[in-house]
Amino acid sequence: MRRAMKIILSALIVLGSLFLLQRLLMPKYVDGVIEGAFIAEYYRDVKDHDVIFVGDCEVYENFSPAVLWQEYGINSYIRGSAEQYIWQSYYLLEDTLRYETPKAVVFNIQSLQFSESQREAYNRMTLEGMEWSPVKVKAILASMKPEERFLDYVFPILRYHSRWSELTASDAAYMFKTKPVSFNGYYMRVDVRAAESVPEGKPLADYSFGDNAWKYLDMMVELCEEKGIALILIKAPSLYPYWYPQWEEQVEAYAAEKNLPYINFLDIQEETGIDYTTDTYDGGLHMNLSGAEKLSRYMGRYLLDEAGIPNRSGEAELAGRWEKKLAAYEAEKRAQYEYYGMTEED
Amino acid sequence: MLFTSYEFLGFLAALFLLYYVLPKRCQWILLLAGSYGFYFAARPAFLLYILATTVTTWFAACRIGDNLTRQRAYLKEHTAELDREAKKAYKKGEEGIRRRWMAVCLLVNLGILAVVKYTNFAISNVNGLLSLFGGEELPLANLILPLGISFYTFQAVGYLIDVYRGTVPAERNLPRFALFISFFPQLIQGPISRYGDLSRTLYKPHDFDGRQVCFGLQRMLWGYFKKLVVADRVLAAVVTIVGEPDVYQGAYILAGMVFYTLQLYADFTGGIDMTIGIAQVLGITVQENFIRPYFSKSLKEYWRRWHVSMSSWFRDYLFYPVSTSKVMQKVTRLAKARLGEKAGRRLPVYLSMFVVWFATGVWHGASWNFIVWGLANWVVLMVSEELEPLYAKFHQRYAVRGKRWYRLFQVGRLFLLVCILNLFDCYPSLSLTFGAFASIFTAGNWQVLWDGSLLALGLSALDYGILAAGVALMLLVSLSQRSGSVREKIAKRPYALRFALWYGLFLIVLLMGIYGVGYDASQFIYNQF
Repeated sequence: MRRAMKIILSALIVLGSLFLLQRLLMPKYVDGVIEGAFIAEYYRDVKDHDVIFVGDCEVYENFSPAVLWQEYGINSYIRGSAEQYIWQSYYLLEDTLRYETPKAVVFNIQSLQFSESQREAYNRMTLEGMEWSPVKVKAILASMKPEERFLDYVFPILRYHSRWSELTASDAAYMFKTKPVSFNGYYMRVDVRAAESVPEGKPLADYSFGDNAWKYLDMMVELCEEKGIALILIKAPSLYPYWYPQWEEQVEAYAAEKNLPYINFLDIQEETGIDYTTDTYDGGLHMNLSGAEKLSRYMGRYLLDEAGIPNRSGEAELAGRWEKKLAAYEAEKRAQYEYYGMTEED
Repeated sequence: MLFTSYEFLGFLAALFLLYYVLPKRCQWILLLAGSYGFYFAARPAFLLYILATTVTTWFAACRIGDNLTRQRAYLKEHTAELDREAKKAYKKGEEGIRRRWMAVCLLVNLGILAVVKYTNFAISNVNGLLSLFGGEELPLANLILPLGISFYTFQAVGYLIDVYRGTVPAERNLPRFALFISFFPQLIQGPISRYGDLSRTLYKPHDFDGRQVCFGLQRMLWGYFKKLVVADRVLAAVVTIVGEPDVYQGAYILAGMVFYTLQLYADFTGGIDMTIGIAQVLGITVQENFIRPYFSKSLKEYWRRWHVSMSSWFRDYLFYPVSTSKVMQKVTRLAKARLGEKAGRRLPVYLSMFVVWFATGVWHGASWNFIVWGLANWVVLMVSEELEPLYAKFHQRYAVRGKRWYRLFQVGRLFLLVCILNLFDCYPSLSLTFGAFASIFTAGNWQVLWDGSLLALGLSALDYGILAAGVALMLLVSLSQRSGSVREKIAKRPYALRFALWYGLFLIVLLMGIYGVGYDASQFIYNQF
């Protein structure tokens, strides 16, 4: 009996301490690089969105669900993370469909350029936030680079074991709780850095998108068809990475073949009103708040008029939820304006 | 499958479980399947090599064993009819048959080893000669060195010679013999086991013994600590220094020598700890390969304590046969006549030692660096032997022998000597090695040892701190081992303390080990032999 107690107690100490250590050592993404926190935030939201955006930084920095709600009554969420590859977007969509079935999915096609994962760090930022399910397993298997091991995803302590030497106060403070860092998946930046010189794209040996990328786009199309979801392809107006005309041709041909709407925001600068001297915070790579709000207004009109997304501003319970979110959104705006020494008019 | 890979740990967990769940008579069969699976995972084609060695050695040993049995039976049956001379003549004839079997088998197996390991070395040397005469270079052969071939070949050769000598019986069961050759924990880095030792526990049915399993796991954990926390940490500095011989000279070489010696010790002894621990979990006893080698006071003592299975292999299967050979007996007689009794006794010993150290160098690697390393060991051992009377006089005159500071001096001297000899391991050519060594005395950059330059070698101050703590812990354990098994001592302590110690060590390995994405998981150094 005593021996059994000893074994049970020891096992509890081992499991408990390993759990605590794992929580402590995992990156929290609450300061500095916060993009790694976006995917997990979705699970804390009430899941009755009409529009889901999927993609990389070209969606989570370029569209503001707050504006879509405030001005068009559209309830949307962005499932995006840094350099999110197309197979990750596909599995995040499949994961989303476990909880809800939106009316429209907006997918940014920039990630078609990659047919295999480029960096383990990006894989981590996308995949770690996903809740465990068969979909997550498939997403990990599709994303892992040769040097990665599945077990490291199951037990992240194996991946982050050496982080003990770089722990900060945030690691202890956010071991069990976290703070929201996005606004329905939107990453807000109010600062401005105009696009001055935009580098031309280097000639490529082969402009064809890879088979793997096409495969997942096909799967996304099929999944949306199967669930009766309208799939809208977009290309955000980021000036670089360079979007080659040859790429554009392929996407246009694909959209035409599959009868999918495709909006290339690079071509409709006048309609959106994007001004690259004021609407980007990093010289044209990503939109700042001003740019994101302009794009969101265009997208809001399109979703209402063309995609038939309902205006739900009259729903009291939903409006109540958004009221709190908008308050936080405005507070963040003010905080950032103050931080950068700006005013809203700037 | 590296011992430090997740795949290997998964493989081990499954094997341990099955080993104690399956009927006991199947345990050795499971080990054989596991060992071949382990080898297959490295590269399926490697199986052909190990199978060739296994089958040829088994067959030759059986023929030798049969011959011995026949000889004994014949002599027993005809003991009355045969006089002494007739018996001697009969024995000689039979021994000739046995020797032929042995020679053919040795030729085949050492031939395989020579071809796969030394062909390109030979071609490089021929090319070197051809280039002197403006000849066209020969292309290098596309050969891949089968995993652990030097170890299992030597183990097979040792067994064959033991059967020839009649010290062990020939194993008649081929699968059982295949397990002796391929037993996976020792397959890739030794120890080079003797059949007489390993077979005592290898085939025996084993009950689950909680205490032995715990001890085995503890030994494995200690091995992982040495390998992942110490050896793979210091590797970064070694790679930096050795990788840029033009940049890192002088005091850097001194630091690099010490770092490499530390890496080699932690890597090799750590690997052997894992091997012995795995075997212990399975209830199998594998011989110790290291007896606190850096507590040695001379190089001779060091080689009795470092890589014991290899040293004793060369002693039993090369040194003794060479030193007692007819040629050497002739040399002894000649030397005694020409050089006097004393020198005549020593010369054949030194010549035999030369053969052994040349072979040891060649065994370690197909390069002149290793050959010169072996011969340098030989020179130091020979000179030490020659200076022995001088030492004796010194010790007679100055009573320092029992003094602690003198023992420390001797240990320090030996450590420095081994560090210098290890330099041959580090560089790809002799000119680089000698150049690096000479720069210690000519570069005059001693300040790099304390001005922070060592922090630019890929190790942070924290890494140096962990290394220092790791070395201190290894030293403490070695000191404690002198009075008996550390695990036995810990096992006598209260449960809470034991738990804290072992779990603490586990956490150190888990958190401070060099592994996972972002690290270049290095192979065990001795896998390459």
